[in-house]
Amino acid sequence: MTKTWVTPGGVHPPENKHQSLTQPIGHLPIPAKLVIPLSQHIGAPASPCVEIGQQVLKGQVIAEATGVVSIPMHAPSSGTISAIEHRPIAHPSGMLAPCIEITTDGADTWIEHQGISDYEHIAPRKLIEMVGNAGISGMGGAGFPAAVKLNPGRQRPIHTLIINATECEPYITADDSAIRERAGEIIEGIKILSAILDHPHNILIGIEDNKPEAIAALAPHVEGTGISVVDFPTKYPSGGEKQLIYILTGKELPSGKLPADLGMVCINIGTTYAIKRAVINGEPLISRVTTVTGDAVATPRNYDTLIGTPVSHLLEHNQFNEQAGGRVVMGGPMMGFTLPSADVPIVKTTNCILAPSYAEIPDDEPAQPCIRCGMCAEACPASLLPQQLFWYAQAQDHDRLEAHNLFDCIECGACSYVCPSNIPLVQYYRAAKGEIRHARDEKVKSDHARERFEFHQARIEEAEREKEAKRAARREAAQQAKASPMAANDSTAGSSAADIIAAAQARAAAKQVSPQEQRAKLERTIAATEQRLQVAEEKLAEAVASQSDKQAVFSAAVENTKQKLEQSKSKLAELAE
Amino acid sequence: MAFKQVTSPHAHSAQNTAKVMQLVLLATLPGLIALTWQFGWGSFINLLLASVTAVCCEAAIVKMRGRSVSFYLGDYSAVVTAVLLGLALPPLAPWWVVVVGTVFSIVVAKQLYGGLGYNPFNPAMVGYVVLLISFPIQMTTWVAPLALLPAGAVHPGLIESLQIVFAGYSPADGITGATPLDVFKHSSGLLVDQVYDREPLFNQAMFAGAGWEWVNLGFLLGGMILLSQRIFTWHGPAGMLGALALMSIIFWDSGSSSSPGSPLMHLFSGASMMGAFFILTDPVSSAVSNRGRLIFGALIGVLVYVIRAWGNYPDAMAFAVLLANFAAPFIDNYTLPRTYGHTDRRRATEKQED
Repeated sequence: MTKTWVTPGGVHPPENKHQSLTQPIGHLPIPAKLVIPLSQHIGAPASPCVEIGQQVLKGQVIAEATGVVSIPMHAPSSGTISAIEHRPIAHPSGMLAPCIEITTDGADTWIEHQGISDYEHIAPRKLIEMVGNAGISGMGGAGFPAAVKLNPGRQRPIHTLIINATECEPYITADDSAIRERAGEIIEGIKILSAILDHPHNILIGIEDNKPEAIAALAPHVEGTGISVVDFPTKYPSGGEKQLIYILTGKELPSGKLPADLGMVCINIGTTYAIKRAVINGEPLISRVTTVTGDAVATPRNYDTLIGTPVSHLLEHNQFNEQAGGRVVMGGPMMGFTLPSADVPIVKTTNCILAPSYAEIPDDEPAQPCIRCGMCAEACPASLLPQQLFWYAQAQDHDRLEAHNLFDCIECGACSYVCPSNIPLVQYYRAAKGEIRHARDEKVKSDHARERFEFHQARIEEAEREKEAKRAARREAAQQAKASPMAANDSTAGSSAADIIAAAQARAAAKQVSPQEQRAKLERTIAATEQRLQVAEEKLAEAVASQSDKQAVFSAAVENTKQKLEQSKSKLAELAE
Repeated sequence: MAFKQVTSPHAHSAQNTAKVMQLVLLATLPGLIALTWQFGWGSFINLLLASVTAVCCEAAIVKMRGRSVSFYLGDYSAVVTAVLLGLALPPLAPWWVVVVGTVFSIVVAKQLYGGLGYNPFNPAMVGYVVLLISFPIQMTTWVAPLALLPAGAVHPGLIESLQIVFAGYSPADGITGATPLDVFKHSSGLLVDQVYDREPLFNQAMFAGAGWEWVNLGFLLGGMILLSQRIFTWHGPAGMLGALALMSIIFWDSGSSSSPGSPLMHLFSGASMMGAFFILTDPVSSAVSNRGRLIFGALIGVLVYVIRAWGNYPDAMAFAVLLANFAAPFIDNYTLPRTYGHTDRRRATEKQED
């Protein structure tokens, strides 16, 4: 048996996995309408490349990737594009987001597609491109574009490929059932990954020991491939990327680093199946295995669900009893979020729709005061002090929160699970993280404003100093003038008027410069202005060329400079007369 | 259709604060039984009287604060405080001693600081210390253990005990006596062996002091139950008992006349076991991290020994716990656990680099 390491903390909630494993993966009738959100992944949303009314075939690209960290979207079935608009999507905030709606025609006609079988002889770059074009993002939870993950760059060679088949959340069996039925294709997908990553030394499939059937299903396929199936004791949250890396390798992912920095890549097992379908069969990611479970549905089981299928479609086909339970959760009972309504679509990361009855998951009891019993700290897989974080989150003490490593919290919910006082701890941490991020943004902004203000102050002071220096020079001149004999005569009057006149005369005398000097000065001014004009015109030309919005500013500057030039020229002409 | 919006996690363990408190109450039973067996009905009466007073005080204050009385009484924390105070007080103490101590514990030490979860000091120990300082005579009059009763005498029965407590009847002669820690405090000039030979409290005992060793074993058993139920971790009790044992070994002085007593005597006398498993494990007023609790416990162990050996009080649990409560936030600042993905543990007072 391969050595595994034990993570600190963790909890053992009731697994509740058997309910949805009584039947094989099922298929649902094609829903009348499919709603495909343009952002189902981390990164830039895809941009639609179809028009309303357009006919599309199954597998046709309907939205293109925008930029590197993005994925395209494909039509999950054939039909007509009936809307491109904002729709409610599966998001904790219940927000609306741009979606493409397809009214299906029921024919389910595939677009022409072709895969390759000899992936061993294809350049990894080309394989990555195929993965990217198939619209594959991580199917475990976060939804990070797979093609980006598979391209860690040459300076970070990958020695360990970790396939995450942990599925530590209670109730969810999507990966379990997929492994049982599709082990061969999954292993094929892992081999493709191995080829892309230049054959890492270690290829480990991490799986909890509560899935003996899945482990047995994998066994014949991994024989002689160098892939090891590593099982370890069931404990939530062993499936977190950081936890799984530690369990399998004994290495901790340093805070703020990616697995690639340790020479590792961690891929969900569902994603490997999608990669196999993309490369060998040429099929984009348009469906996934989703568990529908909970006591409020009559037949808990797994379905091969088209992306974009409304949750209501799944629930209706499972005789969902709305009276039995109060909430419908997308994901598992530990990290899943409640849906505002059943109108939201299944997306590429939806591994489970959980419709629990009140008996399974009762309404939350009111929170009692924290007695700092420390059960949360015992449960925390990241060795944080949840009770202290809670305290400081309430006090909004950001310094303390960061010193207690708030940002290393993976929001697994183990602390809230064990809390005897029913405190929604994770929600406090989410809110605190949001506040701190907001405060950081604000700080950047305010720093910027402060710098601008200080610069402005400095400039004004500089100008003031210059003026003061000029004034001082003039005073000096005036005193000298006063000291001259003429001024001395007048001073007998001692009147202030005489003083003023004298001062004015002195200033005039000081100002009086010879015509030659004046001419020379004017010529210098003209030369300088001409130069400025030239610069301004160049800038204007640039701005016009680049369609910059500063055009108006520059053209005004050119006008101004021209006027000044003309003024100086006319003065020079006057002087010459 | 619209569904309920609730944040994750949706699953919760069946544990709740009330159950934790109930389990603590249950775990005091072995100690209570030992006390009642060895010292009569006094502790039992203390405990009931304190509980009733505590619940009344808690209800009154919660009502004054405009909160739900049933919700806050339902957490059983007031009863736990009362039971611990009741067990700590001398059996057959006058009723008003118990009432005053409980009122102070609940009203001042707990509710005036904000109620459950907000008290910086262990409420039961605050009540105990107030009584000890205010009524030293009543607080240091202990009933003699079973083995030391004069021939033919028995502990007063329940009715008689109630009369002693409430009507101020004097207990029969020979019913009250010194505690092992008292004996050692006043035995200077005698070798430890001589003390053991001469004092019935020791020569009637198995290893630590007649009666007291049973009481401590009872609380040790209760503590083990709580430990096995993971109500608290081993760190606090281990720190305290370890430090106490270490201190008594260091200053054992081969049992000379200046020796403050053997390690066994210290571990199984007075409030050692009750303190280790039921008092310093109060999570609200202790340090939070495991490492912190180890240090917190060790600090109490050292303080208990120092006060017992060289202080003015024969036992010192209450003072030691309160002093350590003061230190808990400080300990917390320097005992953060090392978080996953970090090479070092951090300090809570660290500021972000700008």
